Amino acid sequence: MNNLRRLIIKGSMAAGTLGVAVSAGLLMPTTVLAAWPANAFGAKDMTEGLANLLGSSDMAESGDIKIKAPDIAENGAVVPITVTATMAGVESITIAAPNNPAPLVASFDLAGGAHGYASTRIKMGKSGDVIAVVKAGGKLYTAKKGVKVTIGGCGG
Amino acid sequence: MAAKSIKIRAKFKEGVTTVKALLTHQMESGFRKDSKTGGMIPAHYIQEVVCEVGGKVLMNAHWSGGVSKNPYLSFKFDGGEGETLKLTWTDNKGESDSAEAAIS
Repeated sequence: MNNLRRLIIKGSMAAGTLGVAVSAGLLMPTTVLAAWPANAFGAKDMTEGLANLLGSSDMAESGDIKIKAPDIAENGAVVPITVTATMAGVESITIAAPNNPAPLVASFDLAGGAHGYASTRIKMGKSGDVIAVVKAGGKLYTAKKGVKVTIGGCGG
Repeated sequence: MAAKSIKIRAKFKEGVTTVKALLTHQMESGFRKDSKTGGMIPAHYIQEVVCEVGGKVLMNAHWSGGVSKNPYLSFKFDGGEGETLKLTWTDNKGESDSAEAAIS
């Protein structure tokens, strides 16, 4: 009885370690290659997308983030956005437009002496806020700016 | 993609390098309708942009189809004088391109 029990425990442990080794070996290359977080950028809801991307949706508003964007964008297909974060240790800058069909627009991971600065041009389907989320020192900070769009850039 | 899909300008000034890059890509979000066929135009956009200097990744951007057509991006970092910057993009169809530029 006891012997059988030992055997079963041993067997299950061996199988367990094997399973872990296999899954680790299989998962390693995919995580490296497919770093693009599909569940974050594919999310229809901004809070969900941000939580999937950054691991948390718990963020504080901060005055240290400056969003440079036009008050009125004539063409929603091209809205220039510049985000400057003056806090120390900026790890990433994420730009989102909550009124877009895919609210998460872009995320910049910064390393190796890169400044808290990112600039790009985004599409906006409707008037609304542009939200910047900055990850600095493991915490999330956010700021937003309203942009009025006269011609949408996402519809056809 | 076309041979020259990337234009990079990297300027070093007072200890800081400012990188500006212009990529050529249609950045189709997948949310647009094709007026001729009535179907949706399939998504085709850049998902990842990686900037390296001296083999070190400085900036790794993940994009959705919400970035404008022929995307522009800019970022800044400390140092980098006289080094070479390498930018690589990959889109959702697995196409990619890379270019190098000297920081001046």
